Amino acid sequence: MAWHERLLAIDRRVLYALIFLAVLIPSLLPIGLPIKVTPEVQRVYDRIDSLRPGEILMLPLEYDPSTAAELEPMALAILRHAFSKNLRVLGLCLSSTGVTLVESEIAAVAREYGKEYGKDYVYLGYQPYPAVVILTMGENFRTPFPLDYYGTPLDSLPMMRGVRNYNDVALVFTVNATSGIDFWIIYGQGRYKFPFGLGSAAVMATNYYQYVQSGQLFGIISGLRGAAEYEILVGKGNVARKGMDVQSVAHALIIAFIVLGNVAYIVERRRARRAAAAG
Amino acid sequence: MLDALLTTVAALLSLCVLSFLYRENPFYRFAEHLAVGVSAGYWVIILYNQSLTAKVLEPLKAGNPLPLVPCLLGLLLFARLFGKIGWVSRIPMAYMLGVGSGVEIPLILQTYVLQQVHATMRPVGFTASTYANLLIALAVICGIAYFFFSTRHRGAFGAVTRVGIWILMIGFGATFGFTVMGRISLLLGRVNFLVGWAGMAFGGPPPGL
Repeated sequence: MAWHERLLAIDRRVLYALIFLAVLIPSLLPIGLPIKVTPEVQRVYDRIDSLRPGEILMLPLEYDPSTAAELEPMALAILRHAFSKNLRVLGLCLSSTGVTLVESEIAAVAREYGKEYGKDYVYLGYQPYPAVVILTMGENFRTPFPLDYYGTPLDSLPMMRGVRNYNDVALVFTVNATSGIDFWIIYGQGRYKFPFGLGSAAVMATNYYQYVQSGQLFGIISGLRGAAEYEILVGKGNVARKGMDVQSVAHALIIAFIVLGNVAYIVERRRARRAAAAG
Repeated sequence: MLDALLTTVAALLSLCVLSFLYRENPFYRFAEHLAVGVSAGYWVIILYNQSLTAKVLEPLKAGNPLPLVPCLLGLLLFARLFGKIGWVSRIPMAYMLGVGSGVEIPLILQTYVLQQVHATMRPVGFTASTYANLLIALAVICGIAYFFFSTRHRGAFGAVTRVGIWILMIGFGATFGFTVMGRISLLLGRVNFLVGWAGMAFGGPPPGL
């Protein structure tokens, strides 16, 4: 069997094993490849950084364990930035399977910065039917969320006194891996015109870059790469940064697979044509 | 101890799912069916607690009869199952269509169409600040031209549509690249979790999800 035939007949499980090693080895032995901050991520950082202490950052964190590997580092970096600037954080999660995960993340970062629940941050939790929730929050947060995640009436939380709807928050930034992004764009930003930023799973990112161009989003952080850039800007956390070494090695391997596969295919096609011409 | 036990269950289930990469097997099927069953049960509880109890039963107990209106409309949908009174189901259907259209059409038109068209109509030129606008305008025109099928894609128009194909291919390539990055990130998450789980045997802390 010729080399190109062996290459074309290779068992896919061998490729899986190579990808697994390409992920495992750099995650155990980081290389520390350089990462450049993109303008879209810089814009998100600058916008949040320009807020004054005490202003409210609304953070809908909508993902669950299946996408946490990608979006958790991003959410933690944003939370660290917000708490380090003494912004007040209004968290919620409109993804039913991520509610407790998001709660534990917000509480952990708040503890890191010595923040107090009810005064420095509030977690609204989950309500079904995200489009309706986003629309009704424009009238009053208390309509979909009369109680917070822990069952406390919003009016009895010091941070929520005088905070009625989107007009009372400085900006909304969602870290999101659901179709809820469209709901936020249509029923949230489209209807109430608040400043809106997005951190999305990489697989969805290309669907939303055009909203930065149109000004509907003030910036976008996409996937683990965006999270790594934000970690650099904040100067804390290295989960995503370490992950970028893995990405680089795995991508190089996948590119090598594509090139080798195509070379073998072309060689085989030429061989077949020559054989057909020779009769 | 409980953390370690739950982490071990999660790790074993992760391995069951990953075993599919070798071949279809009973361990994978077990994990798959478990995920479907748990998700369905979880949703039933969520909907019972957050919708039926919170939005209907509790307001009714507090003496507020308004939740009966949407409940009644919901029940009327089932009239379709009974031939003679099937027409009654059109009442809630008309309500849903009316409200849905009224809320959605203006907002979707505004956010998905008008603002996007507006973003394409920017000053164009060859300076640093305007060349991107020119590129976007040309890409949009060529991309749309490719989907214009009322004339043959020949001559000058054919050249424009070929550029349109290239623009689409660049878009698909970017999407594919982002997809690969996303999938590698998810695999990395699982690998880190499994490495952390293995580390527990040597006295390490239980890993996060």
